[in-house]
Amino acid sequence: MILSVEAVSLAFGGVRALQDVSFDVKEHEIRAIIGPNGAGKSSMLNVLNGVYHPQKGKIRFQAFEFSDMDPHRAASLGIARTFQNIALFKGMTVLDNLMTGRNLKMRCNFVQQALWLGPAKREELEHRRAVEEIIDFLEIQHIRRTPVGRLPYGLQKRVELGRALAAQPKLLLLDEPMAGMNLEEKQDMCRFVLDVNDQFGTTIVLIEHDMGVVMDISDRVVVLDYGRKIADGVPEEIKKDQAVIDAYLGVAH
Amino acid sequence: MAIGTLDTFPKLLMHHAQVRGGRPAIREKDLGIWQTWTWKRFADEVRTLACALHADGLRRGGHVALVSDNRPRLYAAMCAVQCLGGVPVPLYQDAVAEEMVFPIQNAEIAFAFAEDQEQVDKLLEILPRCPTLGRIYYDDPRGLRHYKQPQLRGYDELLAAGEKMDKSLVDAEIDRGSGGDVAGMFFTSGTTAAPKGVVHTHSSLLGPARTAAQMERLGADDVILAYLPPAWIGQNIFSCAQAFVTGYCICCPEAPETVMTDMREIGPTYYFAPPRVLEALLTQVSIRMDDASAVKRWLYRKFMAIANRVGGALLDGKRVSLLDRFAYFLGDILVYGPLRNVLGMSRVRVGYTAGEAIGPDLFKFYRSIGINLKQLYGSTETAVFVCIQPDGEVRPDTVGSAVRGVELRFSPERELLIRSEGLFREYYKNPEATRAAKDAEGWFHTGDAGFFDAGGHVKIIDRVKDVGKLADGTLFAPKYLENKLKFFPYIKEAVCFGDRREKVCAFINIDPDAIGNWAEKRNMPYSGYTDLASRDEVYDLVRECVERVNADLAGEPEIAGSQIHRFLILHKELDADDGELTRTRKVRRGFIGEKYEPLLKALYGADSMVRVNAQVRYEDGRTGTFSADLKIRDARTFPPAAAKRAA
Repeated sequence: MILSVEAVSLAFGGVRALQDVSFDVKEHEIRAIIGPNGAGKSSMLNVLNGVYHPQKGKIRFQAFEFSDMDPHRAASLGIARTFQNIALFKGMTVLDNLMTGRNLKMRCNFVQQALWLGPAKREELEHRRAVEEIIDFLEIQHIRRTPVGRLPYGLQKRVELGRALAAQPKLLLLDEPMAGMNLEEKQDMCRFVLDVNDQFGTTIVLIEHDMGVVMDISDRVVVLDYGRKIADGVPEEIKKDQAVIDAYLGVAH
Repeated sequence: MAIGTLDTFPKLLMHHAQVRGGRPAIREKDLGIWQTWTWKRFADEVRTLACALHADGLRRGGHVALVSDNRPRLYAAMCAVQCLGGVPVPLYQDAVAEEMVFPIQNAEIAFAFAEDQEQVDKLLEILPRCPTLGRIYYDDPRGLRHYKQPQLRGYDELLAAGEKMDKSLVDAEIDRGSGGDVAGMFFTSGTTAAPKGVVHTHSSLLGPARTAAQMERLGADDVILAYLPPAWIGQNIFSCAQAFVTGYCICCPEAPETVMTDMREIGPTYYFAPPRVLEALLTQVSIRMDDASAVKRWLYRKFMAIANRVGGALLDGKRVSLLDRFAYFLGDILVYGPLRNVLGMSRVRVGYTAGEAIGPDLFKFYRSIGINLKQLYGSTETAVFVCIQPDGEVRPDTVGSAVRGVELRFSPERELLIRSEGLFREYYKNPEATRAAKDAEGWFHTGDAGFFDAGGHVKIIDRVKDVGKLADGTLFAPKYLENKLKFFPYIKEAVCFGDRREKVCAFINIDPDAIGNWAEKRNMPYSGYTDLASRDEVYDLVRECVERVNADLAGEPEIAGSQIHRFLILHKELDADDGELTRTRKVRRGFIGEKYEPLLKALYGADSMVRVNAQVRYEDGRTGTFSADLKIRDARTFPPAAAKRAA
C-alpha cells in the first residue's frame, strides 16, 4: 500500500466538498477517481498533494502519516501532479519547463550555479540528461526549443506530464490528462500513461471523464458523488454498480 | 588492397575500419546530443551482430526483413546480414501490416529486424500468415517487456551473445562473398499491380554508386543526412552504397519531425530531396517572409530579383557583369547566405532532386541562391544513377545526360531503354515480369517515354502507355503538357486530350486559393470555385498561362505540334471521391473524357459556349443536379520558328 486515505472530510464554509472518504492506492497501480461534476474529485487530488487541508481524517503515504500535507513536503516525498488547466510557464521553452521539474533535486547553491562551478556544471548535465530521457520518452524532440505558449493544447498536456515525470515521482496525480483532446491525442496520452506505469513503475492516480479511457487503463476505480464515495472496485464491477449508474444517468423521482 | 577491387559492402566496411577507423562513419542524435560511431566501432558492431545471427541460423542466401527508420543499428544489421551472404530486404516503416504480408511470403523471410513496439506489433499481427518468420529482433525494448512470443529477441541481447563468440567465422564469410552475390532486395510500391522484389547484387549497387561519386568528386569528408525511408533504393544508394565507396559520414535524424533542425545542425554537403520536399521548404520560406518586417521584405524582394537574374548563371560559371557580381555578393551576405543557413544547406555542394517533374521556378529558386541543385533520372531497377545533369549543364526541364557506363537509346515508341552495370538481376520469383522488363540483349525497358534534346540531354515526357499521336502523326504527351500547365500557381489540375485527334485541347482546374487571392487583391468579390471559374478575367489569366506553355512548346521541335488550341475551365474541382483522380492525385484521363463527353465534343466543335448538366454528389451522400454555361476559349499557338520571339 503506497497511499491510503482514511475518513477524510473537507468543507469550505458550508460546502462539504468531501465527506468521510476512504480509499487506498496500491503500489504500482493505476487508480482512477471518477464522478459527476462537483463530486469532489479535484478537491481529493488537492488534499493528496497538500493544497487543501482536510478538517478531518488521515492520509498515509508510504511510512508517513499526516493529518494534512503541504505541497512542498508532498513534492519532496515524491508526489507530482498535473493540472486540469495547464500550469506551465508559457514563455519558457519545453526544455526549460521540464528542467523546472528537477528543481527539488538541485543541490548546488545560487552562487555555484551563477558561476557555473564544477559541481554545478556536473549537476546540470545530470539533470539535463534526465530531462532528455523524458523528451525521448514522450517523443517531443521536435519541440524541445519551442516556447510552450506556441504549442497546441494536446502537446502542452504532454509537456506538463513531462514536467511531472522530471521529478521522478513515486506517485503521479493526473487531473484530467485527456480533457479537450481529440481521439488520436487521447490514444497517445493513454499509451504514455500506461508506459510510465509500466516502465518507471510509477503509481498513478488519475481523474478522468472519458469512461472508455478509465475503464481501459485503470486497475481500480473510486467513484465520488456529492463528496461521498459511492463505489470502489475494479472497472467491471463499477460498470455494473447501480449507485454509479444512478449518479451518472440520474434516477426517476 | 585498392578500394576499387573491394567488391562487396562488408569488404568495404572492413577496409574503412582499417584505413579510417577513427573517423566518423555514422551519427545519430540521441538524448539531444549527436553520438558518433567511428568506422571501427561500426565494423565491430557489424561483426558481433553477424556472429550472433549466424548462431541463430542465418545462412548464405537467407532473406532478412528490416522495418525501421534510419538508425545506426538498422545499417549495422543490414551490413551484418550481408557479411553472412544474407539478403537484407528493407520494408517501408510506415506501411500497414497488410502490406508487409506479400514481401515476407514472397521472399520467404525467416528473420526480421523491427525498430520498436509499433513495428513488432505489425509483424506479430501477420505472423499467422507468414509461417516462415521465425525470429523478430527489436531495437527499442520500450513497451515490449510483457511480450512473451518465442520469436522475439532484443537487439541488445543479440549483441551480447555475439560478444562472446569467435569472430574469425565472420571474417571468413566476408572473404567468401563476391560482387555477383545478391546484396539487397527492394520491393516496388505495387500501386498498379502486385509488388515485385527487385534483386540487386553488390556490384549493381556499388558500381553506379562509385561512378556517380567519382563524377561529383564525393570523398570521405562529405556528410549526408539520411532522412528518407530506407526501403527506397535511393536511400540505400545515398546513405549506404556511396558512403561505403567513399567513406563519408551518414547522419541519422533524431526523429522524423526534427529533420529541419537536424539539417541545420549537421550541414550536409550532399543532399537529395524529391520536389515535394523542396516545395514544402519554399512554402515555409515564403510564409515566414510574408510575416517579416517591411525592411526585410523589401531586401528579400530586391535581392531575390537579382538572384533570379544572375544566380543560376554564376553557379554555371557563365559570364556575368562586374556590377551584377557585386550585387550578388551583397545579396549573398544579406539574404542568400542566411537563407541557405536556415534551410540547412550552407554546405551543400551537390544536391539532387528526382522522382517527378520539378517546376522551373521552384528549381530556379534553389539554384539562384547558390545551391547546386541538379536533376537526375533513375529507378529501383537501375540502382538510381542513369542520367545526371553535369555541373554547368543544369536545366529545369531535362534530367541530364547518361552517366559513364550507361547506354541509352529510345525505342521506336520512344520508350527509354537502358543498359548499365547498375541493372537489377531479376524480379524475385517472377521470371515473366523479368523477361518483360529486361530483353534478351540486356536492355531494360523503363516504361518512360522521352527523347534527346538539342544538347544531348534526356527529356522524359510521360509514361509510354499514355503517349499518343495527333491525327497528323505529331507526338502527343499529355502529362508533359499538363505538368507544364500545373507549374503555374493558378492552375491546379489540367487534362489534355489529343490522341488520334487533329489538335490538342484541355480541361483546366484553377487553384481556388491562388486565384482567390488574386481576385481579392483586385477587389473582385466571388462566391466560390464555380463562380471564379466562370469569370472572364480568370479566363484571360488562364489563357495567358496556356499561351506561355504554347510558346515554350514551339521551341521544342519534337512536340511543337502539340500546342493547346482550345481550353475550358471545369465547373468543379476534380476529385478522387468522384473517381476523377487516383488516390495519389493523378488524373484519370480516360474516365474524365467519358464523363464529360459533351464538353469534350464542344471543345472540338466551333461553339464558344457549352451547357453542362451535371450530377453532383455532396459529402453527406445526397445528390443534386447542377447546370451552367461553360465558356470555351481559343489560345494562340506559335509556329515552331517563332518560338524565340514569342517567348
